[in-house]
Amino acid sequence: MKKSLWYVFACLLTLSLVLSGCNSSNSSSGEKGESGKKGYTLIYGRGGDSTALDPAVTTEGESFIVTEQIYENLVSYGKDNTEIEPALAKDWKISQDALTYTFTLNEGIKFHDGTDFNAEAVVKNFQRWAKSKDEAKFAYYPSMFGGFEGDEGHVIKEVKAVDEKTVEFTLTRPQAPFLKNLAMSPFAIASPTAFEKDGDNFTKNPVGTGPFKFKSWKKNDTIEVVKNDKYWKKGLPKLAGVKFKVIKDNSARLNAVIKGEIDLMDGLNPSDMPKVKKDSKLQLFERPSMNVGYFGFNTEKEPFNKKEVRQAISHLINKQDIITNFFEGTAEPAKNPMPPSVSGYNEEIQDYEYSVEKAKELLKKAGLENGFKMDLWAMPVPRPYMPSGQKVAEAIQASLKQVNIDAKIVTFEWGTYLEKVQAGEAPTFMLGWTGDNGDADNFLYTLLDKDTIGSNNYSRYSNEEVHKLLVEAQSTADENKRNELYKQAQVIIHEDAPWVPLVHSKPQLAGSSSIKGFVPHPTGSQSFVDVSVD
Amino acid sequence: MFSYTIRRLTALIPVLLGMTFIVFMMIRAIPGNPAQIILGQQATKEAMAALTKELGLDRPWPTQFWEYLTGIITGDLGVSLKSRVPISEEIWPYLAATIELSLVAMVIAIIIGVNAGIISAWFQNSWFDYVAMVVALIGVSMPIFWLGLMEQYIVAIQWDLLPTTGRDNIRDPVEAVTNLYLIDSLLNNRFDQFIEVIRHLILPGIALGTIPMAIIARMTRSSMLEVMRSDYIRTARAKGMKMFWVVYKHSLKNALIPVVTVIGLQTGLLLGGAILTETIFGWPGIGTYIYEAISYRDYPVIQSGILVVAAIFVLINLVVDLLYAAIDPRIKYK
Repeated sequence: MKKSLWYVFACLLTLSLVLSGCNSSNSSSGEKGESGKKGYTLIYGRGGDSTALDPAVTTEGESFIVTEQIYENLVSYGKDNTEIEPALAKDWKISQDALTYTFTLNEGIKFHDGTDFNAEAVVKNFQRWAKSKDEAKFAYYPSMFGGFEGDEGHVIKEVKAVDEKTVEFTLTRPQAPFLKNLAMSPFAIASPTAFEKDGDNFTKNPVGTGPFKFKSWKKNDTIEVVKNDKYWKKGLPKLAGVKFKVIKDNSARLNAVIKGEIDLMDGLNPSDMPKVKKDSKLQLFERPSMNVGYFGFNTEKEPFNKKEVRQAISHLINKQDIITNFFEGTAEPAKNPMPPSVSGYNEEIQDYEYSVEKAKELLKKAGLENGFKMDLWAMPVPRPYMPSGQKVAEAIQASLKQVNIDAKIVTFEWGTYLEKVQAGEAPTFMLGWTGDNGDADNFLYTLLDKDTIGSNNYSRYSNEEVHKLLVEAQSTADENKRNELYKQAQVIIHEDAPWVPLVHSKPQLAGSSSIKGFVPHPTGSQSFVDVSVD
Repeated sequence: MFSYTIRRLTALIPVLLGMTFIVFMMIRAIPGNPAQIILGQQATKEAMAALTKELGLDRPWPTQFWEYLTGIITGDLGVSLKSRVPISEEIWPYLAATIELSLVAMVIAIIIGVNAGIISAWFQNSWFDYVAMVVALIGVSMPIFWLGLMEQYIVAIQWDLLPTTGRDNIRDPVEAVTNLYLIDSLLNNRFDQFIEVIRHLILPGIALGTIPMAIIARMTRSSMLEVMRSDYIRTARAKGMKMFWVVYKHSLKNALIPVVTVIGLQTGLLLGGAILTETIFGWPGIGTYIYEAISYRDYPVIQSGILVVAAIFVLINLVVDLLYAAIDPRIKYK
């Protein structure tokens, strides 16, 4: 025993000598040496791994962050907003009745597998989704385009290749957010040759036209994409590649950025912001908000079926306090169910002011001046729109105490929580929403129309007038008129107060100060095509 | 000895079978529908129903259980609901990462723990004894989360000695062969990478090894104290034998049995329980694999993951039992 122990000791001693010897030379040659080179591989740290690298089959942001590098869409969002810009299509015409969209495609673009990108490829991609009728596989397609081929609500009647570089979409009815839908990550154009050949394996071997090509995927660890040398936009991308590295813990991820092991990270804890600001080698990035965190009422349940009660509670919540205490200022107070970055936002609405007196008055009107008991459901997990649901719930609980409302905080595991809230079991609940396509429809109709009760209208809010406005807006092509309809709807929703909109959070990212050209996109995923590192 | 091993291995079957059944029932008892979680907040009812059917989760559980069992017998651990990859294909890299980390943690824990325990017992009630035991007490109750972040902050950032996260230098990754990077780096003839892998192992190894280290130290101390009071030790000393030999040869060997038991148990625990360390150090191990599967309701991964970890746990215990005989010839297995 003793002999072997000494042996181990001796080994360890030698090892530690070797290690400490290597240390200084290693750290200086390894990291700095490479960044001096022209082609730099940027390392992006994040909290979770992707599930699939075929954007059409996933609904989850960690996958889109990667597929956004590999694939491109017919049209794309602006760099920091959701305005529509040309991408694979350089130009498009919309017919008078808003039923025909004719896209002219850019020429000379090739997929990473060498096959040509053309009108036929676009058609095949849409057929792949529309004909699949596989809601479990292509979840986003039916929810954005009203179903699959043959379904009553299906918006896309036909996709036709007019010639090599012209694609024509014929719609069954006007769909105002159609272009915005086309720009969403899941509707990126993939190589038909590749997805026909690979079948179910396509999620692991993505082939697009994007600035970066897929290289490797170490599960739960690293995904690497490398520069597409034949990329159709001259001089781009500037990076030699991007590696997406999973480091689950937010603080640990920041440690890795400080150390220079990774270049950029998302999911910065707001409390760590001062540390980043102080460090001259680091910089902060702020993602514009495309979400809303809210405190919802089940409008079918006593006493929240009374408008006065909902309004009273709206007067009781101090949003600024919540933002200062739980968001470290990285959010703005919400007064509408959608963020200001989305067009159609009603600036003129006056939020319910924080006033215990007014709340008491309203409760008296409802005959509840002596208060009542209620359950307050709080989400168990941090979400982008609500990093600490439990604590915010406690703050709301304390506010409600002021008018003798005795709230008990209730929580469940996240999947169960969603299921139960959806089933209408929660009298009041905290939730939120991150926009899919940056359109008002995706907030107001999805979350508050009477049609969506049982899916995402967790408040079970039903207002005929709002419904009329929202449905009319869906088929109004004129942007100004459409925005007007949404503004009207927001006035009614404000009055009815099915929720207390709490915040629009602005997620923070931290990175090395040598990163240039990185602009976080409100949708949560952005291309690194023109990012460079000095 | 051989027939004993065979008998023990046979006895594993009902243990693992029972465990499979319990895990199978337990995960179905947790509320939450995998289809809902996979498809997210946006999912429609139809999509969820379609996916539930596709995943086979709409069938009665005895059917599901039977299929799972027959699968396992043929070496099929099922297919992950999340990645849609056969688990037998994807589990090894995670397992390898954890095995490598756990072994390093245990080596650190054993070397320091056993020696601290011996010296504490040898010089009972000395200042070393007190300090070591207080440190061990702190070690047992140390939150790994905090320890890991402190290590990163002080050792990696302030002193700039070691890397903070990961298994290798992400700018110069190890090419996986066996997925045990210590071996892979050598197989690829990259001694510089081998050093780099060791440097990455030190901080998480210490974080993970702290609790077992403290437990081992305390166990060694108490076991040694008992042995050192026995007659044959007095005899050995009376013969004029050097104290060092008395302690490290005669006492240690006799005090080792309970220590080995603890070491075996702790090694088993580390394999499945390294989630915190893995989370902080960006370590793609089996703990996070199973943990994520739980929050994703990835039933096959939870089942098979736990099954594999449990099988290893039981095997380690078997090895420990066999070690008893090697350490103490008085113990014989028939």
